[in-house]
Amino acid sequence: MHALEKILAKASGRKKVQAGDIVTVAVDVAGINDLYLQVLQSFTKIGLPKVWDPDKVVFFFDHYAPAPTIKSASNQKEMRDFANSQGIKHVFDINSGVCHQVLVEAGLSLPGKIVVITDSHSTTHGALGAFGTGVGATDQAAILATGQTWMMVPEIISMRIEGEIPKGVSAKDIVLKIVGELGPSVAAYKGVEYLGETVKQLPLAERMVLCNMAVELGAKTAYIQPNQQVLEYLDAYQKDYELFETDPGFKYQAEHVFDVENLKPQVALPHSIDNVVPVEESGKKRIHQAFIGTCTGGRLADIKAAAEILKGKRIADGTRLIIMPASTKVLMEAINKGYLQTLLEAGATFSAPGCGPCLGTHQGILAPGEACITTSSRNFPGRMGSTEAEVYVASPATVAASALKGYLCDPREWME
Amino acid sequence: MDWIIKGTVLKFSDNIDTDQIYPGRYLELTDPKDIARHAMEGVDSSFLKRMKESTILIAGKNFGCGSSREHAVITLLHAGVKAVIAESFARIFFRNAINLGLPVLICPGISQGVEDGSLVEMNLTRGVMSVVESGSEIKMQKIPSNVAEILNKGGLIPYIRASIK
Repeated sequence: MHALEKILAKASGRKKVQAGDIVTVAVDVAGINDLYLQVLQSFTKIGLPKVWDPDKVVFFFDHYAPAPTIKSASNQKEMRDFANSQGIKHVFDINSGVCHQVLVEAGLSLPGKIVVITDSHSTTHGALGAFGTGVGATDQAAILATGQTWMMVPEIISMRIEGEIPKGVSAKDIVLKIVGELGPSVAAYKGVEYLGETVKQLPLAERMVLCNMAVELGAKTAYIQPNQQVLEYLDAYQKDYELFETDPGFKYQAEHVFDVENLKPQVALPHSIDNVVPVEESGKKRIHQAFIGTCTGGRLADIKAAAEILKGKRIADGTRLIIMPASTKVLMEAINKGYLQTLLEAGATFSAPGCGPCLGTHQGILAPGEACITTSSRNFPGRMGSTEAEVYVASPATVAASALKGYLCDPREWME
Repeated sequence: MDWIIKGTVLKFSDNIDTDQIYPGRYLELTDPKDIARHAMEGVDSSFLKRMKESTILIAGKNFGCGSSREHAVITLLHAGVKAVIAESFARIFFRNAINLGLPVLICPGISQGVEDGSLVEMNLTRGVMSVVESGSEIKMQKIPSNVAEILNKGGLIPYIRASIK
């Protein structure tokens, strides 16, 4: 069995499962973010007074942090009241950050666990060796009531990444290349495992980028076998978990190989994430806004990459650079390392940790005719505001270099 | 008795994502009537005007990709969409639809088989769709039995309510 299958087998009380089996699994983490008052409405309709286990329920206030409208404020208020009345302790309010980053920082995303959050990017938790998947509100309400959900055991495809990652290239470029080559539904209903020598060496933050964007391939879940560095990171939390490993000889439904030795920085052009070209071939497109943040690209290493490029420089006239750390912890580290100062001096605007402009709710949405380059993960029409705006998705280094020049710019010439 | 849905087809292309079905700027809305006012706004601003009394959406591959927002199903359901047939669906949208009782049927080749505006009749029990004018029949993929059970109960809430009684 694959490690993901072993997780599902354990969670469903079976010795063995295989692709296509429909199993009922016990959920370890049920996460709800502030887009989803509907979860509570559906839970009320089910008619049980109490959630199955308040210690396994987690609330995140991240998509509207802090609340930009009376309506979103009222939704948050209702969710806080619910969490209080149910004795739910894991409430990450607006002073926390994006759910996927916050869950990892809290030591609640662990190997072998079933992590189900009302957010499509829940595939991120595969970077910790968990089975992470996104659900909608009513699925989550049923989990709150029963502690269980049904799943079809997915077929699993592998992405083997080989070769030394060149200077100026990051996990974001690798995963954009993969989405560009294989398309947005190659992994529909499937699990994606990233493996190979290059992946083995990747730090946790970069593993999270790969798993995060597996959903842009259509994936149900993603997985990277935790390495020593990931396990050492988890040691600090002193939590119980079971680490699974894939049996030798496991047959993947499909196997893809990517050699990144000569990979160049990549960008997804409007209006789909698989519309990917090397940045150097993107034609110096003028941009009005550059955005560094989100569960895909707002971690410390991302802000560091931007600070290194922009140190002692000034972003182009007529260009805005918005930086939104993925969490308060990331923000504090960015302050301690001096990145915040460097970036503010370069002309950046910092915004409260959260999801913000990634999904066009607030804190930097786009006007018709504007173009934005972003470290987030989606560029559907209207994603960041007007349907007549253009969104370009790239790595933090590319976003920083583009802010510097005011047009889509390959970052390599600005890197030591 | 067979489960039959009859309606007029509105057609859409491949990879219609949840931001197009229901733009992110309306996610704070929670009343289904308000949510219904923005159905498909990101892809077709005249969608609500084009809706007939009974509308069936036909789409290409990967319908509903992107976010996990249940609003994408609520908006279609409360705007009056009776069913969605697509070459394929993104998985969270598919689950959300079943959970809220919106029939979603997978039918490879459907984008070529039916014109926008045609009157069609779906027989969910037999798993076929017929175009009323030509009489031509197209086979739809069978719904897995556990999924059909949820759909037959009218969605996940009635299904769970029945199971915990």
